[in-house]
Amino acid sequence: MADEIIHQPAARLAALLAAGKLSSLKLVQACFARTRAVDDRVQAFNSCDEAAALAAAQASDARRAAGQARGPLDGIPVGLKDVIAVEGQPLTCSSRMLANFVSPYDATVTQKLKAAGAIPLGRLNMDEFAMGSSTENSAFRPTANPWDLTRVPGGSSGGSAAAVAAGELPLTLGSDTGGSIRQPAALCGIVGLKPTYGLVSRYGLAAYASSLDQIGPLARTVEDAALLLGVIAGHDPRDSTSFQAEVPDYRAGLAARKGPWRLGVPKEFFGAGLDPEVSAAVKRALEFYRQQGCEIREVSLPLAAEYAIATYYLIATAEASSNLARYDGIRYGHRSAAAKDAIDIYTRSRAEGFGPEVKRRIILGTHVLSSGYYDAYYLRAQKVRTLIRNEFAAVLRDCDALLSPTSPVPAFKLGEKSADPLAMYLTDIYTISVNLAGLPGISIPCGFTGGGLPIGLQLIGRPFDEAGLLAIAHAYEQAHEWQHKHPAL
Amino acid sequence: MSSPSDLNLDYVANLARLALTEEEKREFARQLGDILHYVEKLRQVDVTGVEPMAHASPVFNVWAADVAGPGLPVEAALRNAPARRDDTIVVPKVVE
Repeated sequence: MADEIIHQPAARLAALLAAGKLSSLKLVQACFARTRAVDDRVQAFNSCDEAAALAAAQASDARRAAGQARGPLDGIPVGLKDVIAVEGQPLTCSSRMLANFVSPYDATVTQKLKAAGAIPLGRLNMDEFAMGSSTENSAFRPTANPWDLTRVPGGSSGGSAAAVAAGELPLTLGSDTGGSIRQPAALCGIVGLKPTYGLVSRYGLAAYASSLDQIGPLARTVEDAALLLGVIAGHDPRDSTSFQAEVPDYRAGLAARKGPWRLGVPKEFFGAGLDPEVSAAVKRALEFYRQQGCEIREVSLPLAAEYAIATYYLIATAEASSNLARYDGIRYGHRSAAAKDAIDIYTRSRAEGFGPEVKRRIILGTHVLSSGYYDAYYLRAQKVRTLIRNEFAAVLRDCDALLSPTSPVPAFKLGEKSADPLAMYLTDIYTISVNLAGLPGISIPCGFTGGGLPIGLQLIGRPFDEAGLLAIAHAYEQAHEWQHKHPAL
Repeated sequence: MSSPSDLNLDYVANLARLALTEEEKREFARQLGDILHYVEKLRQVDVTGVEPMAHASPVFNVWAADVAGPGLPVEAALRNAPARRDDTIVVPKVVE
């Protein structure tokens, strides 16, 4: 039974459930068995409430037996990055600050998963408070890349990506502030989608940089990502940046939205620093689209390419310094035992509770917002952000999507970049501008290096045109076999 | 734009209510100096007349109906408190 489940797309598992050939209980048990077999090496999980997942699986099977299955994800386990609230479950953000925190309520995406019958299963490792690109900033342990356990899975949603790649879970949710879904998806050889800012509610997502954060799916196929997006998308009055958009049937759109498309290739995204094997694989994908009759046009995004990272690290750290002020040791989270007075509680609890990268970003963000520096740093970055958004809007007038590498390099070695924050930041060069502009972006597998490491192709779409973006990604995926290769664990 | 060397770690750490060790101060001074030097490149961009952008969502002035709704029950709200007595959070005395 296990071989029929491990590495199967969620859509295939859903068909087995619907045909009565598989029960949700067996599926969840198979995920547990796989996790027990491999997770001591992959280390994707922070924790897992097996009893709650088993009870939810049995409830799903009972619904189905009564003819009341709720849709394609009923009975399918979905792992959650440990930054998304599930009532009664730990919510650690992979931080000592929240090591003992238990969520008092469900995030909106969690409520939507439960309403669709999906089973929240597992709390997945991440860079602390979603700050990082390798999952090495977890306060608990690094996650390993299933394709090569000496390498990083990417980050910050490294646990969410590694769990899917390792066959532990068919679907997971991550969050993406500067590439934190797409980059680990690329490095682990799976599909990762960052939706348009405002499409998915952020209620119950522990905030890092509120104007950039979006929750999105990580999956084995584009179809699976479409299914999960359809469940979590939609307006939520509890998130004031949530958009009143119609949620189409994304899966139906995969076949209904047909090419040929006009695809833009930003010339600056193929410059210095791009690994030659990554470049070659992405150019082969480009040739595929050309042979399908797509019009490929070179476009230019000079501001995004040159200034996005600097803009991001001013805006994101400014927002982080404000968002993380809530962790004061008073109402919840770590409180220092050594503190003697109120100010002492703040400064010592935060010193003991936060890891080095979080401290660096709080300091940088506080500095750029402080009196005398605000105009020069934060306000200027917000203006450059406007120019970057306008630049994308101009090229997307004439293109259905843009095509680029997701990450300039395949998975790097654990420890390789962790001593140099700026070098780590530069790995997000192709993903970060998409968050600044608020656009949807997807990473899909497009090949392997000679050494057997996955390579990701990024497609960037128009605001709220996830249906079109998924259809373009699906057309490539259907003509290739990458999703049928799995890591040997 | 100011010089990266303007970063006064003691001043900023106090604003952020974050105690730093001497070793952290040395390391952060070097690393944040690199990063501030890197972001200096934004000075090259002409932003004359450009509106700043707070977020990318086409949603502005969202109003919630002024209607009372259910909140967290007391027990749920206090469950994660580091120190509590009865239905309150215990903190050090702040007024003499």
